[in-house]
Amino acid sequence: MNTKINFAGIEMKNPVTVASGTFGYGREYADFFDLGKLGAIITKGTSLKPKSGNKPPRVCETASGMLNSIGLQNPGVEYFAQNDLPFLRKFDTKIIVNACGSTIDEYVELCKILNTLDIDGVELNLSCPNVKEGCMAFGNTYEGVKIVTKEVRKVLQKPLIVKLTPNVTDIASIAKGVEDGGADAVSLINTLLGMKIDIHKRKPVLANNTGGLSGPAIKPVAVRMVYQVAQAVKIPIMGLGGIVSGEDAIEFMLAGATTVSIGAGNFIDPYTSIKTIEGIEEYMKKYNIENISDIIGKVEMN
Amino acid sequence: MPKQVFAQLEHKEEIIKGIYKFSVKASEIVQNAKPGNFIEIRVTDQVEPFLRRPISIYNLDKENGILEFIFQVKGKGTDLLSRKEVGDQIDIVGPLGFGTFKTEKYNKIAIIGGGIGIFPLYELAKEAKENNKQVTGYLGFRNKEYVMLEKEFAKVTDNLVITTDEGSYKNKGFAIDYLIKDMKKEKYDCIYACGPLPMLKAIQKYANENNINCQISLEEKMACGLGVCLGCAVKTAKSPKEAPEYFHVCKGGPVFNAKDVEI
Repeated sequence: MNTKINFAGIEMKNPVTVASGTFGYGREYADFFDLGKLGAIITKGTSLKPKSGNKPPRVCETASGMLNSIGLQNPGVEYFAQNDLPFLRKFDTKIIVNACGSTIDEYVELCKILNTLDIDGVELNLSCPNVKEGCMAFGNTYEGVKIVTKEVRKVLQKPLIVKLTPNVTDIASIAKGVEDGGADAVSLINTLLGMKIDIHKRKPVLANNTGGLSGPAIKPVAVRMVYQVAQAVKIPIMGLGGIVSGEDAIEFMLAGATTVSIGAGNFIDPYTSIKTIEGIEEYMKKYNIENISDIIGKVEMN
Repeated sequence: MPKQVFAQLEHKEEIIKGIYKFSVKASEIVQNAKPGNFIEIRVTDQVEPFLRRPISIYNLDKENGILEFIFQVKGKGTDLLSRKEVGDQIDIVGPLGFGTFKTEKYNKIAIIGGGIGIFPLYELAKEAKENNKQVTGYLGFRNKEYVMLEKEFAKVTDNLVITTDEGSYKNKGFAIDYLIKDMKKEKYDCIYACGPLPMLKAIQKYANENNINCQISLEEKMACGLGVCLGCAVKTAKSPKEAPEYFHVCKGGPVFNAKDVEI
């Protein structure tokens, strides 16, 4: 049984990664299990300079999921390189840095630095719904995505993944922008923009009013979008959105994802990613699948 | 270091209406836990309700590996939890929080709690007493029906002041008023507080203005409980050179020095 996957040139021992913003820089989960069991770790969204993030409350629970509006709080790339990367490198896994910025110049400057670090790839965050500038502003048009991807590609020789927002009318055309911009892969979906109102106070629960919805509630939307993107582009896909089990991961892979990512599922059980790897192996045994890559995109549409 | 434990419910008691005390066997958590730590409980193995519930630790029985926590039924998560029966396994992650109550430097301390905020002060007072410190307790409740754990707190304090807002039981008024009155003749080395936000704000203001050591236990909406999601932010009162703009209740807290945070 072979769970190995080559994703955008990154050799992973299995297709399971952990999603940006739900795993910090790994330290907290290293208390629970060997991070080397993961296919890859995608770091917290990291910017050129430190970011303070949004006012609290920043999170709240919703039906089978949650809303967040963290606002990309992070210590900046310099701090990451000095303090977190050496720690992460102790584990036998791949390190992908989620990179965020507010202007094209910022993305380019950041990726110039990331290109010099001992990391395995970069995930360009063009999809955070919780900050005013950048990110989603580029992420919701074909042209915007293509321009940022193209400029970053010029300075980044490492595998480049672009993470997409689902808050668009035609996800396939946006993914095409990623491909045409020269990226190696695409990851989707980031959170869906949502809002929760406290009916007693008659005010939104989150200080930022709106936030990104994640968790099992969004999984069917994510699976549909992964399928649509898989039909539109040739570059590989990392699928995410509400995965909490091996069965969920298999669903994404059948829809066309080469790898998957565990996001909010990490919060409800620190072992969700490990259980997902085990669940994938169980599925492979049950259906006599020799190579996990054999099931990618193998959904048979009605 | 936090651990995930499937802890057996050994004893369950509704101490007043809608407020439950659970005793669970969780040696791995108990041996590492400190006063002020909290735990996160997953109330179902399904995905609805989704997040774990952060709950403070009431009592640690280190000898027998028993952890006790008390919670109020507020929504569907705590309602499901309250329905667990003796013998059931409860999915707990803990102990959590690096900011705990620190008493090493002090000999004469005051604890002040309001309503359901009194729970984490019990283990603090108990350990302080065991270390021969002088402990005075001020516990405030809305009215007679809400008064709880009086006997238990009496055992771990040298002097206990109970207040009710409108005087239906013992002293009338707010616990902080009695604390401030006593401070005119008694000097406590440190005040430890947990309770509703208006109470914490008043205590923080009083302590900071009078330069009294004060540690407060905070809550904020929380997801991971581990310091990963950065959801439970609380603004720091320190200069940008000393600290980032926000601490997090689950990691830097839940207990903070009153001087260090803006609430």
